Amino acid sequence: MTEWLTAAETAKAIAAGELKAVHVVDRYLERIRDVDRGVKAYLAIDSEGAHAAAVEVDRRRAAGERLPPLAGVPISLKDVLVTKDLPTTAGSKILEGFISPYEGTVVEKLRAAGAIILGKVNCDEFAMGSSTERSAYQQTKNPWDRTRVPGGSSGGSSASVAAGLCAASLGTDTGGSIRQPAAFCGVVGIKPTYGRVSRWGVVAFASSLDQVGPLTRTIHDAALMLEIISGFDPRDSTSLDAPVPTYTDALVGDVNGLRVGLPHEYFGDGIDADVRAALDGTIAALRDRGAITVDISLPHTHLALPAYYIVAPAEASSNLARYDGIRYGKAAQGAKDLLDLYMKSRGAGFGPEVKRRIMLGTYALRSGYYDAFYKKAQQIRTLIKRDFDKAFQHVDVILTPTTPTAAFRLGSKASPYEMYLADVFTLSCNLAGLPGLSVPCGLTSEGLPVGAQLLGKPLDEATLLRTGHVIESLVGLVGKHPGGL
Amino acid sequence: MPALTRKEVEEIALLARVHLEPNELAAMEKDLGDILEHFAALASVDTTGVSPMTHAVPLDLRLRPDEVAPSLPVAEALRGAPAKQGDVFVVPAIIGPGEPK
Repeated sequence: MTEWLTAAETAKAIAAGELKAVHVVDRYLERIRDVDRGVKAYLAIDSEGAHAAAVEVDRRRAAGERLPPLAGVPISLKDVLVTKDLPTTAGSKILEGFISPYEGTVVEKLRAAGAIILGKVNCDEFAMGSSTERSAYQQTKNPWDRTRVPGGSSGGSSASVAAGLCAASLGTDTGGSIRQPAAFCGVVGIKPTYGRVSRWGVVAFASSLDQVGPLTRTIHDAALMLEIISGFDPRDSTSLDAPVPTYTDALVGDVNGLRVGLPHEYFGDGIDADVRAALDGTIAALRDRGAITVDISLPHTHLALPAYYIVAPAEASSNLARYDGIRYGKAAQGAKDLLDLYMKSRGAGFGPEVKRRIMLGTYALRSGYYDAFYKKAQQIRTLIKRDFDKAFQHVDVILTPTTPTAAFRLGSKASPYEMYLADVFTLSCNLAGLPGLSVPCGLTSEGLPVGAQLLGKPLDEATLLRTGHVIESLVGLVGKHPGGL
Repeated sequence: MPALTRKEVEEIALLARVHLEPNELAAMEKDLGDILEHFAALASVDTTGVSPMTHAVPLDLRLRPDEVAPSLPVAEALRGAPAKQGDVFVVPAIIGPGEPK
């Protein structure tokens, strides 16, 4: 049952000689062959590379070398993180067959820490979506109920961790794309403070919002992975030059005296009764352990959605201008001139949601519209950030549901706007640049996971992990796995 | 915020360099109109004197030392190009034969 070990347990067992890295990796590859037919998390699998990397870990151990912290731990990567030996598609046809000439900083860091990359996993096209239904390649299913979505856009990451198809994964979060799928699949997901983790080698969606983070079985694994991928990177101009704490040291199992803010804007109508019950249970459990809950208000919360859907598409329309059919990616055949080549390559290569967002962003950035849209939205970000600054004068951490409902059914969100509402509780965190974490806090009556979201002060991931660790131990899903796989 | 006209949608598609089929134009007109309706809330917010946000943690623009460092080899950079010739990307002609030099 190596497939249900945590990343930390796997590394420990390999380092102690209780497990061979080759045995662990081959077992995962076998499961991917068997189980992933039903889950459809993986877009590309590196069987040979992963096996060879495992052989190397075993050789190093046998030679008496000191192993790095994740030696032999099999992981998956969201397909927006560029890799040299595997294709990177970003879930888009326009990048079909693209192989990056360089690797992302986070990929380099994980490899240096000994992690073994099993493959690349599915996501909504260019990370634009909340269900992974917008991938141009395949529909990933929620391992807990395969008629439901795994969340998105990092749905391949959350599903692969939940289904025992890797020990941990990396995703990206622009408006909730780590936390929402983590909640839907019953795993832990953390979006670090903007600038905490390098964006070098991440397919850009909205540059002022994008962050990379881990999706894991436990808070301890999230702390371990975050520590490895964090830190200053001169190749990312927005990277923060701040020391990286030993995050696992924060997991002290104690919340006595911790002030937990409960914003009433996140507990209103529209929350599913089972989600509310799980959150009520979480709040009661924290109080029981000595945490002090404080009712707070984040009055500009209702503006997060419109502000996000200006900022993110505006930045996306600019970032995605690079897909021109000339330097890499798919080119249209038979174009009569340069403009025609651009128009046709992009028209054929991008899917409907990506086109919608490029159009929306182009509209917002049109000459004469900048002040009314982008600048206005950036000012609203300041107002949202001030709400948080004020709240954090009185509380140490903020607790909310990660999502208003548990995982929804495949194909159930009819309009684009309805899909956008799936992220209503996760967007503010990106707009304000704060760290956010989702930790499982129970199951609905239908047996679907529910996530509790913790939001913290800039660079205070440690408090999120400390609080999440206690929630996990009281009401979490550690050791519970989806059945029928 | 006013709904978009078909003509505006076509103009934006050209600006965005995305070819849209007639059925896509129709869907886009409706979808963008629906989405923009929800943005009306922003216009009514008073943001006088509020500076636009730039980063969660105050950060000055950083300059790197002006030092020569290796860059991506040309062959690597060209590897994914749909059309290439020698050391260059191939693009359709952008100056026609009859146009002034």
